Amino acid sequence: MASEKTKASEEQIAYANVLNIGMWFGLALLVITFFVYISGVLPSYVPINDLPKYWTMRVHDFNVALNAPTGWGWASFVGKGDYLNFIGIAILSGLTILCYLVILPILARKKDRAYVVIAIAEVLVLSLAASGLLKVGGH
Amino acid sequence: MTQRLSFLFIFIVIASVLCAGPGFAATESAPAAQGHADPHASAAPAVPASPEAPTSAAPWWIWPLALFIVTFILGILAVLGGVGGGVLFVPIVGGFFPFNIDFVRGAGLLVALAGALAAGPGLLKRNLASIRLALPVALIASSAAIVGAMIGLALKPNVVNTLLGATILFIVAIMAIAKKSDFPHVEQPDKLSQALGIMGIYREESIGKDVEWNVHKTPTGLALFVVIGVMAGMFGLGAGWANVPVLNLLMGAPLKISVATSKFLLSITDTSAAWVYLNQGAVLPMIVVPSLVGIMLGSIIGVKILAKAKPKAIKWMVIGLLLFAGLRSLLKGLGIWK
Repeated sequence: MASEKTKASEEQIAYANVLNIGMWFGLALLVITFFVYISGVLPSYVPINDLPKYWTMRVHDFNVALNAPTGWGWASFVGKGDYLNFIGIAILSGLTILCYLVILPILARKKDRAYVVIAIAEVLVLSLAASGLLKVGGH
Repeated sequence: MTQRLSFLFIFIVIASVLCAGPGFAATESAPAAQGHADPHASAAPAVPASPEAPTSAAPWWIWPLALFIVTFILGILAVLGGVGGGVLFVPIVGGFFPFNIDFVRGAGLLVALAGALAAGPGLLKRNLASIRLALPVALIASSAAIVGAMIGLALKPNVVNTLLGATILFIVAIMAIAKKSDFPHVEQPDKLSQALGIMGIYREESIGKDVEWNVHKTPTGLALFVVIGVMAGMFGLGAGWANVPVLNLLMGAPLKISVATSKFLLSITDTSAAWVYLNQGAVLPMIVVPSLVGIMLGSIIGVKILAKAKPKAIKWMVIGLLLFAGLRSLLKGLGIWK
């Protein structure tokens, strides 16, 4: 039994609560959309039977061969069974940013300046990674 | 009995990965990827599949099924061996499945991320994962992971495989020789950790006491997380194998705090690298979802077996498996074992 001393801090609990809900939501969505994908209810951008021809390629070649979207381009294709799965993947990948945004006001209220700065910097770093602005050169 | 069971597991996993590679599908020379799978692609030039990347003749569904079975077993072994799923996933799937290493690394990051996200809430609520310890470290590691992911996606597959193989063999050495300390002695917390208030208190049920902890050598620890972050992003590995020794042995955090904070940390580090892979298109749901579900279900079973298993025997089996996968990756990269 946790005593008052050993209890997790308010921001830690808040982070955990958001993480818990978001993780289950994202995971459930990912599994559901995957079954939609393999069941063929929605057409796929890359037909499932053809996929083995392409997954041996480097990602750059894959993108060129299929004119596959990069960055947030997938969002225009969520009507396709394969890209529908990206909603769940994006939720799982974006969840940490949301958790940081939730604890920021708590840290600010506690006047924990160092951690406010760290949390803001982390949000910026993760947002930059998520933005699609970072490009990797072709091969 | 338990040992026999463990040997059976290792046999099954090795048999599965070996069958999954050359056995499941008679591979054939890759025909040029002619035409396009989608009307949207009509304007794009056809790119032939790399000659070093054979195309599978097996029906598509064999692969997600094989992935599910292999990752289910890996999930069990990961829990029993005390390692993250990502570190087993990338070399084994990269070495024995037909997928390009780019997609394997993207999936590896998401597998490690999902495991960390699933474990995070419980660890945070029980105050075993410390947000005060994790946040400064995560900022360094996640920034470095972006750089690592960009480097990794720019490198040629043979270079990635060679470096991955060497890294896995290095991890094997760490696992074999590194000692762990339940309650490291921290004589004097350093100034940076004091300024950031990196300290805590948790209930250690095994001794029935509240344990106060703090850390030292924080600047050195943070510097090492630059390297760890780059490697995590470059190879798509969860970095628990490196996080725990740095947090525990170098910075002096108790073992439970180190393990839990490391797991939580992966949810942040892997997020940044995962976005880079996702934005570059290096994420295929057909690889990600069966792997993710397989490894999570395997982990649940692994936790149940853990109570009866002999951890030491399993640790050595996991080391053996990693050694095998690391050698495979190294030799594949060097063109010796294609």
